[in-house]
Amino acid sequence: MSILETRNLTAFYGDFQALYGIDFRLEEGETVAVIGSNGAGKSTFLRTLTGLNAAASDSVVLAGQPIGGLPAHRIVGLGLALVPEGRRLFPSLTVEENLLVGAYSGRKGPWSLERLYKLFPILAERRHNPGTALSGGQQQMVAIGRALMSNPQVLLCDELSLGLAPIVIRDIYAALPGIKAEGCSVVVVEQDVSQAMNVADRLYCFQEGRVSLEGRPDDLTREQISLAYFGV
Amino acid sequence: MNTAVIQRATRASRIGAIVGVLLVLAAISMPWWAERSSQRLAAEFLYTLALAQMWNLLAGYGGLLSVGQQAFIGLGGYSLVLFGLQAGINPFLIVPLAGLITGLIAVPTAAIVFRLRGAYFAVGTWVVAEVFRLLIANTTSLGGGSGTSITSTVIGIPAWWRESLTLWMALALGAGATLAVYLLLRSRHGLALTAVRDSEPAAESLGISVKRIKWFVYIASAVGCGMAGALIFITKLRIAPEAAFSIDWTATMFFVVVIGGIGTIEGPIVGTLVFFILRELLSDYGTWYMIILGSVAVAFMLWIPRGIWGLVGGRFDMHFFPVQRRLKLPEPQSNNKEE
Amino acid sequence: MGEWINTILQGLLLGGLYSLFATGLALSFGIMRMINIAHGDFAILAAFAAIAVVEPLGLDPFVVLLLIVPLMAGFGYVLQRIILNRTLGQDILPPLLVTFGMSIIIQNLLLVAFSADTRSLSVGELGIASVPLGGDVAVGVFPLIVMAVAVAVLGGLQWLFSATPLGRAFRAASDDREVAQLMGIDNRHIYGVAMAIAMGIVAIAGVFLAIRANINPTEGPARLLYAFEAVIIGGLGSLWGTLAGGVILGVAQTIGGKLDPGWGILAGHLAFLAVLVVKPNGLFPRTRER
Repeated sequence: MSILETRNLTAFYGDFQALYGIDFRLEEGETVAVIGSNGAGKSTFLRTLTGLNAAASDSVVLAGQPIGGLPAHRIVGLGLALVPEGRRLFPSLTVEENLLVGAYSGRKGPWSLERLYKLFPILAERRHNPGTALSGGQQQMVAIGRALMSNPQVLLCDELSLGLAPIVIRDIYAALPGIKAEGCSVVVVEQDVSQAMNVADRLYCFQEGRVSLEGRPDDLTREQISLAYFGV
Repeated sequence: MNTAVIQRATRASRIGAIVGVLLVLAAISMPWWAERSSQRLAAEFLYTLALAQMWNLLAGYGGLLSVGQQAFIGLGGYSLVLFGLQAGINPFLIVPLAGLITGLIAVPTAAIVFRLRGAYFAVGTWVVAEVFRLLIANTTSLGGGSGTSITSTVIGIPAWWRESLTLWMALALGAGATLAVYLLLRSRHGLALTAVRDSEPAAESLGISVKRIKWFVYIASAVGCGMAGALIFITKLRIAPEAAFSIDWTATMFFVVVIGGIGTIEGPIVGTLVFFILRELLSDYGTWYMIILGSVAVAFMLWIPRGIWGLVGGRFDMHFFPVQRRLKLPEPQSNNKEE
Repeated sequence: MGEWINTILQGLLLGGLYSLFATGLALSFGIMRMINIAHGDFAILAAFAAIAVVEPLGLDPFVVLLLIVPLMAGFGYVLQRIILNRTLGQDILPPLLVTFGMSIIIQNLLLVAFSADTRSLSVGELGIASVPLGGDVAVGVFPLIVMAVAVAVLGGLQWLFSATPLGRAFRAASDDREVAQLMGIDNRHIYGVAMAIAMGIVAIAGVFLAIRANINPTEGPARLLYAFEAVIIGGLGSLWGTLAGGVILGVAQTIGGKLDPGWGILAGHLAFLAVLVVKPNGLFPRTRER
């Protein structure tokens, strides 16, 4: 059974229609990447999944339950968490407080402060610093940790590698297997196509609000991807 | 030539101009045909309109939510005491003088209140108005807390001239404020002002000095309120700090502009009309009148935030004061002969 | 000399009352990013509600607090959920105007119900009791109680903000509404709770004010201005700053009033303007946003 599925999902960004009938599925334990150029609808897609954008009830299904159109604060309690683009840590909260706020929904599961500090030891050292005083890579760890504290079934990551040095990106992605080992399925949205191809079991390419390509990275040729990505 | 043209005049605006001129002529001639009580009502309507236009300029276009415009109304009123009662100048000459004085006082005031932004600015302006009220209430030579009569300033002026001049000056202020805001918005600065209203960061990035525009709007509005204040207290003949610096002035401006439609020139006119109609209808209800006014304002803000004019003008695309530029495209041709 | 020490002590303790007024205002500033123009009127409303209960039932004003505070808190929650939440957004005009309208409505409803006469609450002997500090210096017992309550309220809020999930949720919602929702925080509810706390505190302030002095239905706006000044003097976002701001305001007012009875309130306003000119961000700023 798919852990997360969208059926004919449409969404608007202000007055613009940003998504046109997206059919998407994520199997349990899978990592799926969504790629596409700027304005292809990737971020709107994630916002709609998390409830920040409106959607028809049965167009988003999480573990068999229709969640489309539910308010965002309800959806996280059902097991869907987002690592937002640009980290967006709470500046007036310390590292540890940022993580604790992630657990606000009270959803039970494997993740705790101790477990997270094991995954990202550097955060334990800096637990009492303001979240925004950390380096970009460390902030990204906090953002991931904050999402994990809600013990999600599905973790959505928006542009994890944006603005980070390659070596830092490698460290961040190195945490993914440990996260998946706790029974979490992952969706990564990436502009960095090669990074996405490396981590993903399957791949969706968006173009102008539609799915232009879907498949396993190994089965896709460079030409196919470039056509689906740029539309030329 | 089939090029797109930019036009501003609309049919409504041409009709509006004709109606406007007729109304102004009717108002000017009122002393010869109208009763004194309706003349007074007209004067009151016109200075209320002037106040509303000033607050609309400030809040609707300048994004400066002042709750302290009563500072300048009060200072304008007290110009009568200082220059009329004590220096013996003709009260009607004091009206423009009051504008000058309040404009000058607005400069250092702005320097202080502009340190606060948004909602904090709003309450800050209120504190400043209170400071002026208390300063005057503590100055015995200006009448102190209990106020003073200013009847002696108008004593030498024949009644007919006093009433007529009051009406004409109110007309000059009401129509003048409306016209001034209109002309300002049509000017180069108007475009900048509209840009500031829509998005301050965007305006800044276009090279518009948001700060300078806000200063200008704040001081212009102070001048308008100061002149109106002087005229208002000529009609009242008695002035006291509580009344001159009353928050009720700003409450009235709030009410009129929000009901009429903030950020439009037509809005304050419509709002002033509604305000006077409600006042006539509800004047017997005393305290309940204020409760109803407050409830109406709250209801408008919650459900009709663009006001009556925003609703009507928007639906019928009607603009008596067209300040925006409209792109008019040529009629599409049925066939293209060049091919 | 002793007279001046007394004056300054009075001002210091008056700061406790002002701090109680300011704390509720600072909460809605800090969390909802809105300014409640009717803040002072709600205090006066609570005070009149207390008067209405105390007189026929003959209850002690302190006992009445146990009734009024939860009542006002519940009222605050409902008000925020039903009306004020609808006004929140990019534009600061709607919350300002709606609360301004409420201020006018409350004042006039109180005028209808209680007339324009001044009223007060009596706590009997306690109201005039004082503690001698040697020489002719003494402090009132009731002002000391007010100050103690103000300090306790601030301490409680500090604990709430720093050590509880609710407090973290408040700060998160204040930092970034959208991401807070992604954490499972229901902003509308959180804002309702914040308003409930603000209203509960301002209800205490209103009742204490009515014990301390005569009140009338139209003095809410003046109380709003003092609260606002205390918040800005202390520095936005600083909890204990509101106490410092309240104390500075209180001392300025009592010293001004001692020099000339007409100058007391003016001196407070001038102290506020002076701080604004010299230190625009207040004395203990936490947040840079203004």
